[in-house]
Amino acid sequence: MLELQGIPVSPGVAIGPALVLDDEGYRIPRCLIPAADTSAEWGRLLSAFGKVAKQLEVNRKQTAERLGEEAGRIFSAQQQMLSDPGLLAELEGRVHEQHQSAAYAVSRVLHRYAEALGKLNSPFLAERAEDVLDIEKQLLHRLGAVTSDPLSNLDEPVILLARNLTPSETANLDRQFVRGFCTEIGGPGGHTAIVAKGLELPAVVGIGQFLDRIGQGSQVIVDGDRGCMIVDPDQATIDRYEERAQIRQKLTLRLAELRDLPAETVDGHRVTLSANIEFPHEVDACLQRGADGIGLYRTEFLYLSSDEEPSEEDHYQAYTEVIGALQGRPVVIRTLDLGADKMGHTSLTEPENNPFLGLRSIRLSLKNQDLFRTQIRAVLRAAVHGDVRMMFPLISTLQELRTARMLVNIVIDDLREEGAEFRSDIPIGMMVEVPAAVIMIDRFAEEVDFFSIGTNDLVQYTLAVDRSNESVAELYQSSDPAVLRLIQQTVDVSNKTNTPVGICGEMSSNPARVLLLLGLGVRSVSVPPLAIPRIKKVIRSVTIADCEEIACRVMQLESAREVDLYLLDRLGDLVPELVVQ
Amino acid sequence: MSNPSCQQIVVVKNEKGLHLRPAELMARLAMQYEATVMVTKDDQSADCKNMLSVLTLGAVQGTQLGLSAEGPDAAEALSAVAELFEAGFHELDAE
Repeated sequence: MLELQGIPVSPGVAIGPALVLDDEGYRIPRCLIPAADTSAEWGRLLSAFGKVAKQLEVNRKQTAERLGEEAGRIFSAQQQMLSDPGLLAELEGRVHEQHQSAAYAVSRVLHRYAEALGKLNSPFLAERAEDVLDIEKQLLHRLGAVTSDPLSNLDEPVILLARNLTPSETANLDRQFVRGFCTEIGGPGGHTAIVAKGLELPAVVGIGQFLDRIGQGSQVIVDGDRGCMIVDPDQATIDRYEERAQIRQKLTLRLAELRDLPAETVDGHRVTLSANIEFPHEVDACLQRGADGIGLYRTEFLYLSSDEEPSEEDHYQAYTEVIGALQGRPVVIRTLDLGADKMGHTSLTEPENNPFLGLRSIRLSLKNQDLFRTQIRAVLRAAVHGDVRMMFPLISTLQELRTARMLVNIVIDDLREEGAEFRSDIPIGMMVEVPAAVIMIDRFAEEVDFFSIGTNDLVQYTLAVDRSNESVAELYQSSDPAVLRLIQQTVDVSNKTNTPVGICGEMSSNPARVLLLLGLGVRSVSVPPLAIPRIKKVIRSVTIADCEEIACRVMQLESAREVDLYLLDRLGDLVPELVVQ
Repeated sequence: MSNPSCQQIVVVKNEKGLHLRPAELMARLAMQYEATVMVTKDDQSADCKNMLSVLTLGAVQGTQLGLSAEGPDAAEALSAVAELFEAGFHELDAE
């Protein structure tokens, strides 16, 4: 049994066989072959070596012709690796004596060399690890052991283990078979984490290197609550987890009974409890859990999950589907939040040194106005079907907001001229995600209809921490006092100016932190569908006076850790049911 | 003397250490001989003909390595490999 600690990003527990993807996302097959077949298998392996060597020679020649002999040498070095007698002897032993399939032997041996090279603390040799993995990939390809999309042919439940998953890869996981996932890299606030929560897949990221230690099909437990992954668990552990799963299921059933009750505190304060979604099909799950509406519809996934740029009609259809399913409940459509780590099939930007500080979100939309206007048109047209609000992401300056609003007015004029059916009076709001927006919040309040605080980006930009970088993940804390002050300031100004304000970041899906947000004056939160029942339970278990006292105390604390410990402690007092496990 | 053996200490002179190009050159050279040439760093040994294995020694500039050869042409093999180290694998001029 092997227990590895990572960062819990999506709650829940899943148990099942491992599907190990390497960092390129292809499958490393593991199988043993009958003794009678080993000679044929060895022949297959040698033939693959021959073909790869031939290809390397072609590569070497072509590269040498284009870039000179020196550049071509990289391939002759790879050829040398291939003709390494030591390597061949090792593989032969695995095939002939251990009866391993050619592909599995190749994968294990080359991965081990790559790992040894990667650990040498030498940048030159670490790059060689990539060469070794490259050869491995080519060999596996020649052996017919890799498919371009290993996830498309699943026919049994699996726990996905990978170096990393991109948000769009995660979004496209087949939920019927993928029960949970663990990755070597990644941080708590990355988009993959958000998507995992959206898909309600238990997930642990940032575990560090582990793929080379795990065989295909090993039994794995993903504990998305505690952030650990257990490989080859013993029976006692499996029993314990199954028992926990039962307790959790009972709690889920009890919480489900709250579905039709309002999100109202014990002393009668009504809180708007909405859901965050990426895809139209998620609306059902939100309504089944009693969401008041959609507080954040992340439309960029329309862009990320398609091979072609979505047309105005694609946008319109998706929005109309969401609006229709909501039956009059409000939906906040956030305009494209592309850029940085989220880019579709065509990159709209040149490669940037600091993409998170670069051309992303509203900045990208304002630079690509055709793209932006297409989306605005679709939103305004779809708005005739229900209660639609439009929100701009990552606004940092008044000028950006004004330019975006001006574009909306231009689109309104166009639609009017065309005689199209649309609404021109929808509320327009902005995300509060950068400290600059908070500093200028009183001025922004004069020009928008509502605010939504995006705590993920706000934490990132306040603390200068890239949320998907596991080396600094510990600094990425929603409960950092600096972040809390910015939230407090935003809520205070919003309430003073009667500008509705909500929280749609991950912070509001944490039951303990919700106590604080209520105490700070927040009366609208939007959370992943999975979190709705718990958050409703918290809201229905407390008084605003309790929460105000909690907020008062928290705002005197000095570190995220103190804040979280105190909040967890108070959650235990006020809603002990949610602290079991 | 059908199966002679010999030993020698060498130092890695290359700025980038015993990286891919030297390892390749060394393997290529060693394979021209029948003898087995081993290169040893601390308690880790690698067959000079096994390039990946040599790379995993992670020998940086200045590292002292033990060379040993065994086989019919051990002396020639050893001196040829040692010469490569001495010449900085012919990349000192370039660096």
